[in-house]
Amino acid sequence: MSLKKIHDNQPDDFKFSEDNLKKAEEILKRYPKENKKSAVMPFLYLAQRQNDNWIPLSAMKYIANYLSMPYISVYEVATFYSMYNLAPVGKHFIQVCTTTPCLLRGADKIVKLCKEKISPNENELSSKGDCSWMEVECLGACVSAPMIQINNDYYEDLDEKNTIKILESLINGKPLKPGSFRGRKNTAPENKKIMNGEKHA
Amino acid sequence: MEKSMLKPENKIFKNLYNEFGWEMENAIKRDDWKDTKNLISKGREWIINEIKTSELRGRGGAGFSTGLKWSFAPKEVGKRPHYLVINADESEPGTCKDRDILRFEPQKLIEGCLIAGYAVNAHVCYIYIRGEYFNEGKRLQEAIDQAYKKKYLGKNACETGWDFDIHIHYGAGAYICGEETALLESIEGNKGQPRLKPPFPALVGLYGCPTIVNNVETVAVVPTILRRGGKWFASIGKPKNTGTKIFCISGNVNFPCNVEEEMGISLKELIEKHAGGVTGGWDNLQAVIPGGSSMPLLSKKICDTITMDFDTLIDNKSGLGTAGIVVINKQQDIVASMARIARFYKHESCGQCTPCREGAGWMWRILDRVVKRKATFSDLDLLSDVTKQIEGHTICAFGEGSAWPVQGLLRHFKKELESRCREEPIIKKKIKNPYLVDQHLLENKNA
Repeated sequence: MSLKKIHDNQPDDFKFSEDNLKKAEEILKRYPKENKKSAVMPFLYLAQRQNDNWIPLSAMKYIANYLSMPYISVYEVATFYSMYNLAPVGKHFIQVCTTTPCLLRGADKIVKLCKEKISPNENELSSKGDCSWMEVECLGACVSAPMIQINNDYYEDLDEKNTIKILESLINGKPLKPGSFRGRKNTAPENKKIMNGEKHA
Repeated sequence: MEKSMLKPENKIFKNLYNEFGWEMENAIKRDDWKDTKNLISKGREWIINEIKTSELRGRGGAGFSTGLKWSFAPKEVGKRPHYLVINADESEPGTCKDRDILRFEPQKLIEGCLIAGYAVNAHVCYIYIRGEYFNEGKRLQEAIDQAYKKKYLGKNACETGWDFDIHIHYGAGAYICGEETALLESIEGNKGQPRLKPPFPALVGLYGCPTIVNNVETVAVVPTILRRGGKWFASIGKPKNTGTKIFCISGNVNFPCNVEEEMGISLKELIEKHAGGVTGGWDNLQAVIPGGSSMPLLSKKICDTITMDFDTLIDNKSGLGTAGIVVINKQQDIVASMARIARFYKHESCGQCTPCREGAGWMWRILDRVVKRKATFSDLDLLSDVTKQIEGHTICAFGEGSAWPVQGLLRHFKKELESRCREEPIIKKKIKNPYLVDQHLLENKNA
């Protein structure tokens, strides 16, 4: 269960854009008609994307009305799941995995670099205002540890040098490409040449 | 005796590293969707029996017989429709196998969904992907669209006369949603808090309807098993622990990787042959977590000889779990590593049952004190007591999952723990810590 603070400055009004309204109708088709409530998680994602990567309270009220469910149930869902941001985050939102498999391979160094380069505290906007970072639990790329997620993309097989490069590229507004930073292909072992199906890779 | 490596022709996931392309035309070259119509026309009974013959056990952690699970679904569809739900909420620290299946072998999963859906009388399938796997979900959606285009899904899917639809539902960063009933709650639009069982989802599941929940890897191996026969699958591995399995080897090894291997391969062979050995050599090994963070760790002495299958690991008071192997060498602080796992569980507890919600925090705080060398010997007894009070007193298996790793640490590293503790001071300082408040929140305003 994650502890999250609701942002102090809340916009008064929220409405889905035309585009998102269409998407919302598409989403509703996936679930049985009498179970509209199922769409609350995808709807919160839509709201989050529309509103610069965070969900204001007015959006929760809007979604509650849309799905004819109690506002408090939407609030419950939005506060239960850790990926819904309830306060503004940077345009480049860096999530550093620090659970044991990443920790064993030096995730703490990456956290230190984030503190130096982005902001001294988690969930705090950088001086320029376009980056923020936070520690998260396992992101499910353990064989590519240590790794970070920036917005939707995974940056894997990092070390201190690469991390500095990535963070600086964000600060300069030209993010590097995601993927492995040790030049390996996906999750294959590096010591063996990747063979075709004949040989066991 | 050392077991030989898995023969290449027995490999199921040939595109685990995306050497051959994930798209439909490449998947078909790897025999996906071959004879699917024929397989399904043999009927439900045949499919379920074939899976029972193969002795396939669920790959999501519990290792329950898949054929048996499918046979629990009601034979006839009553008033309520049946559902198939695929658990792709892969969040167990140390595990990243489903991610590669979603990215590189999506057609195996989709074909498996159709067959499994038919076997359990389901017309609709939901694939629950963890929210962080945004790109993997996008890839899977592309693959699903390709399957619709080929008429492998939709009305009269693959000309079998069976209508079948697959929808993706994203999670949003809650580990507990990997528990099947919590996952169903999450799809229904609630907080992901597990339900009391029984009734089991096979009878009362999603929207109160009969639901079968399977892991990605389990369903993805089904088409290959049916094509090559249950007996073929059962001939690989050990009795009751059959088939192949994707192992994720992470932590202090030279070449961390995912690899598909035979069940019952020895741990040492797995690490040395595939992952390039432990960093600093085998003698530099301190401990191994064999099956994702919730399984108790193994000391080096056990690691020397152990084989990786469900039953052997249970005999050694651990478990295969998801087969996420985390290797810890002697340069690492074992207590700090396990304290980090305890913190993970404290963070991820859903808060429904008191023993787990409070106990997970207790365990982390005590271990943290040990790491900082502020603990006393009585703290260790307390720690052991807390794990016992969580275990078996919660609705779902999260309680065990959080308590077992700490018990494993106490079992194998008692001396190490004791060396960091001190005697109870004769004159006690009054500690002002309110015990219900997390200390890290006191230190850190930014909770």
